[in-house]
Amino acid sequence: MRKSLILLAVLLSPSFVWAAGGVIFPNDDISVDWDDKESMQRGAKFFVNYCMGCHSAGYSRYNRVGKDLGISDADVSENLIFTTDKNGEKTKVGSLMVSSMSIEYGEAAFGIAPPDLSLIARSRGTHWLYNYLRGFYVDETRPFGVNNGVFPSVGMPHVLSSLEGHKKVVKETQDDGHGGQHEVIVGFEQVSKGSMTTEEYDQAVKDLVAFMDYLAEPYKETRRNVGTGVLIFLFFFLILTYMLKKEYWKDIH
Amino acid sequence: MSKQNNLMGWIDARFPATKMWEDHLSKYYAPKNFNFWYFFGSLALLVLVLQIVTGIFLTMQYKPDGAIAFASVEYIMRDVEWGWLLRYMHSTGASAFFIIIYLHMFRGLMYGSYQKPRELIWLFGMFIFLALMAEAFMGYLLPWGQMSFWGAQVIISLFGAIPVIGDDITLWIRGDFVISDATLNRFFALHVIAVPLVLVMLVVMHILALHEVGSNNPDGVEIKKNKDENGIPLDGIPFHPYYSVKDIVGVVGFLILFSIVVFFMPEMNGYFLEYANFVPANPFKTPEHIAPVWYFTPFYAILRAVPDKLTGVIGMFAAIAVLFVLPWIDRGKVHSIRYRSGAFKVLLVMFIISFIGLGYLGAIPATEARTWFARIFTLGYFGYFIGLWFISKNENTKPVPERVTS
Repeated sequence: MRKSLILLAVLLSPSFVWAAGGVIFPNDDISVDWDDKESMQRGAKFFVNYCMGCHSAGYSRYNRVGKDLGISDADVSENLIFTTDKNGEKTKVGSLMVSSMSIEYGEAAFGIAPPDLSLIARSRGTHWLYNYLRGFYVDETRPFGVNNGVFPSVGMPHVLSSLEGHKKVVKETQDDGHGGQHEVIVGFEQVSKGSMTTEEYDQAVKDLVAFMDYLAEPYKETRRNVGTGVLIFLFFFLILTYMLKKEYWKDIH
Repeated sequence: MSKQNNLMGWIDARFPATKMWEDHLSKYYAPKNFNFWYFFGSLALLVLVLQIVTGIFLTMQYKPDGAIAFASVEYIMRDVEWGWLLRYMHSTGASAFFIIIYLHMFRGLMYGSYQKPRELIWLFGMFIFLALMAEAFMGYLLPWGQMSFWGAQVIISLFGAIPVIGDDITLWIRGDFVISDATLNRFFALHVIAVPLVLVMLVVMHILALHEVGSNNPDGVEIKKNKDENGIPLDGIPFHPYYSVKDIVGVVGFLILFSIVVFFMPEMNGYFLEYANFVPANPFKTPEHIAPVWYFTPFYAILRAVPDKLTGVIGMFAAIAVLFVLPWIDRGKVHSIRYRSGAFKVLLVMFIISFIGLGYLGAIPATEARTWFARIFTLGYFGYFIGLWFISKNENTKPVPERVTS
């Protein structure tokens, strides 16, 4: 028994090392409210206006977004679609949400083609996205004049700067606990104003992230609703099958 | 004679339908003292069927083509009616299969189900385990995400550690110098037809062998030793209806847990569906941390624990190979843990802790300290078999009852 206890202690101890990892700034929590369709609608508006110039959401269809978020096909066509199809006509509502920027052009302009964002909320997570989009700061050494506290040396310009304005970074030298020292970001200072206040901007990013969370798994609500029904059925079925088993087994001793 | 009997008589004269029904279900006498651990055989069969059925429907929409495979999976998830359900059932089913098989094997270890006369049942089972690992490995490439690609790259490159012919073997497996469309196509073919055929045939052999010698039980006593005047084991009950109705309870209990994952946490915190796999495969960009799916991590941890690559690969394969010879390593006569020595219990606890510890360490990035823990667990893993060989010859066992206890 003592042997197994020691082994158990050994087994659990590596979890202490787990906490170590990259330090990101900002590092604020976000929770996405799937009932708040208005927030997602605003997010969709930001997404098509600010993201889709370069990024696609190429696994998603415009009219599916409209259906799920309560926007009519006519409104989708008018407010969310800015591209044309190969015949030069306005992209149809049933089309995939593909950006007009080609991969070749994206590679030439940014060094790496802007990735498809359909699944970005699943691969990066909403927490990462929320802080990344609020993490841009002025850095003249970078090609676009900005760097990011969540994704250092990112190749993307600060697309939302007209809304947020620009920020300067405040750094501090800290001990890393292993005898070394390194600089960490401890805060931002606003250097130029955008059209939004900080609170308004945070809410805008929240809307955008909520939309991207929807975009990554548009069937999430259906999944949960069906799951609830399935579990309720199975629970009653379990009672029934257990009673059946009891009935059959009552003469086995 | 009723019409129904006429029909059955007509069939039975030409095909042993009634005989098979009786031999394997209504007159197959199983020990009456099966406990919780005996649910996992029938559950494994259930999951096999689930995987085949969901797999057939996924195949109707999936495109095994490096250029569009990733997009076709998202097409299934978004545009195919109930496609997300098929895909999540299939991806969760893969992990569920391994959980069930590991518990099923653990049952075998506890109650000595591999011991004489059930050595062949265990061997067929081990071949099923091997086929299942091949099936899961090849299936994981198909979504064509970053982890599909790099996981396959890492595992196939292990064969490169074989001296002289290693590089040629990896080239032969991939059909290209890197994982590519050619690899995807052949893995698809193997995943949807070749390995499933082998699996189903092995399962049939596993069950036939089981029904030939009869089931073991938590007491590890032979129920065939005590029969009534009709030749029916006194401690046996017909599988149908007794265990068929009991297994349905197990099935529903399993489906509840399965549904919680499928409908509420299909990614299982990145263990069942890894987050990096939501990024399309990119041969020019290696992910920061490549980890195999959780069910391979114990063996992956053994590989990493050994400093030399070839020795590590040998160690990893030895960890599986040693299970094949378990019936001959264990020289004990007593089957069940209930009547075995304290030394056996200590060894088994050590083995389970080592296995889980290795699984945990294999899933997270290696550090120097963790590598040392992995080495200790590797010793614990192999130590079980070495220890068992020594203690089982003259084991200090408790008296085994004549009949099963309830």
